[in-house]
Amino acid sequence: MTDTALSAMPAAVNVPAAPASTTSLTAKTRRRRALAYLQAAPMALVFAVFFLVPLLLTLIVSFWEYNEYEIIPSFTVQNYFDVFEGCFSPAEACTTVRTYVSTLKFCVLTWACTLVIGFTVAYFVAFHVRSRTMQMALFLVCTIPFWTSNVIRMISWIPLLGRNGLVNYTLMGLGLIKAPIEGLLYSDFSVVLAFVHLNTVFMIVPIFNSMARIDRSLIEAAYDAGATGWQTLWNVVVPLAKPGIAIGSIFVVTLVMGDFVTVGVMGGQQIASVGKVIQVQMSALQLPAAAANAVILLGAVMLMIVAMTRLIDLRKEL
Amino acid sequence: MSDRPRSPAFYLLAAFFCLFVAFLYGPTLTILVLSFQGPQGGLTFPMNGVSTHWFGKLWAGLGIVDIWGALWRSLRLGVVVMGLTVGIAFFAGLAFRKRFRGEGALFTVAVASLIVPSIVVSLGIGLEFRLLDDAVNWAAAATGWGWLQEHGTLMGLYTSALGAHLTWTLPFGLLIMFAVFNRFDPAYEEAARDLGATGPQTLRYVVVPILGPSLVGVALFGFTLSFDELARTSQAIGGRNTLPLELQGLTTTVTTPEIYALGTLTTGMSLAVIATALGASLYLQRRRARTGLRLG
Repeated sequence: MTDTALSAMPAAVNVPAAPASTTSLTAKTRRRRALAYLQAAPMALVFAVFFLVPLLLTLIVSFWEYNEYEIIPSFTVQNYFDVFEGCFSPAEACTTVRTYVSTLKFCVLTWACTLVIGFTVAYFVAFHVRSRTMQMALFLVCTIPFWTSNVIRMISWIPLLGRNGLVNYTLMGLGLIKAPIEGLLYSDFSVVLAFVHLNTVFMIVPIFNSMARIDRSLIEAAYDAGATGWQTLWNVVVPLAKPGIAIGSIFVVTLVMGDFVTVGVMGGQQIASVGKVIQVQMSALQLPAAAANAVILLGAVMLMIVAMTRLIDLRKEL
Repeated sequence: MSDRPRSPAFYLLAAFFCLFVAFLYGPTLTILVLSFQGPQGGLTFPMNGVSTHWFGKLWAGLGIVDIWGALWRSLRLGVVVMGLTVGIAFFAGLAFRKRFRGEGALFTVAVASLIVPSIVVSLGIGLEFRLLDDAVNWAAAATGWGWLQEHGTLMGLYTSALGAHLTWTLPFGLLIMFAVFNRFDPAYEEAARDLGATGPQTLRYVVVPILGPSLVGVALFGFTLSFDELARTSQAIGGRNTLPLELQGLTTTVTTPEIYALGTLTTGMSLAVIATALGASLYLQRRRARTGLRLG
């Protein structure tokens, strides 16, 4: 109210009144600020209590001692030594290194598959489906399974991949194999298959989002300038979809690196993963050991994310 | 591009898309069919007759596992997480439209909460509550106060598990709110304010009705992500498990189509929730368009 009244006055009167208007404005801004704090407070509180403090405690407890029945708050680096026990002898790889190599292998395979599938699906929906309604419908078709139970979606591979499953049955019926293939279920193959099945959506959504923002006239311009479909795809669409690719990659990599459920169920509880090591130590109440492993896992994941974002920025600069 | 004839690439890509959809839905359809396996049937094809035998067995209970209790707990927790996610994410979204100190930090933490491996978050919350329990026990011994002595554990469905779920649903909620507010025209709020509406009135009668369909979307994320959450809950729940945790345990012990019946049931519930949410969102959009036309 005062602002409008003041601006309506002649300029000569307005000048001496300026300080008053500034103070009233700052009071208003201050009230707005206070309201913003109030509105953001619940979220900040939840993350402080259930995310930041737990991470901090994990870091602290990873330096504590423990015995069979309790954890002892006295400083030690023994937990970290235990994790890397035997890793410095050149003879053979230690358990930790072998576990990380196995998890990284799942990570790379899953990443490659989800990227190719996710990009292709997003590209089809974003650039080859013409009506907006149809785009949204197909996009929903891709995302609905994401809202259903992951464990059930893992179990649902059993009747397909099992020893007497549909895949073996069909292959034998076609005469392609004589005896059922054993390693379809509860193997590295089934673990990667389930990872791709569950996580491709995390590639599709951000890549589709990036593609939806691409100005269609750029594609048109490339076509008019004589670019082939592949050239347009590689030189126009891929560079512009990079943010989506980066976000999707970060999702997939972190989900696979920390996983213990998919590896557990699809590996028949026989395959090791970093997440599973932590889970087992946790249920054995070796909390400081589990915490040390969690800190190392977190460090590894962060390094991978930094490496990925660097890679993308670097390409932009070249 | 749209006026050109379909290229051969279109048909190739369409075929790829269909294969992908088959890959996505095929396995779930398989267990849907197999859950109606006859009483003599096993975990794989062929079907040995068609019956609802395994649903009946499921209804009677899965031995020692209290599956209905777990389902009920998961449903209740899902509803609480849904409500909190919508409320907290909506107000945080409002806060981010104004500027405030620490907004960058809060956003970073939210994104970090999304991408830090679930097992690490779960372990951290588990540790936190164990240490809290130790602290309470210590205080009970030190003070001798009666009301502290009967203390079991603070870990539970509505404490540690709820918090664990929120670290997973809130970042999604916040990101959706960002997308929503990016497309929201502040002119509506200004108009309301010019007409003399107070802040709460503007929210209640202008902002919430306009954003209604998107808030339903946030609710959908909140409920379904909580209902299916497993990794973050695993170390952060007391003695009584949620449904996904029981399911994970059942994968190694149950060797009959009962588990498929359970899968059909929970998938059906998830699909019902998704359909309700999409329906509600569409209804709100239609109603908004209609009211807008009438008023305009």
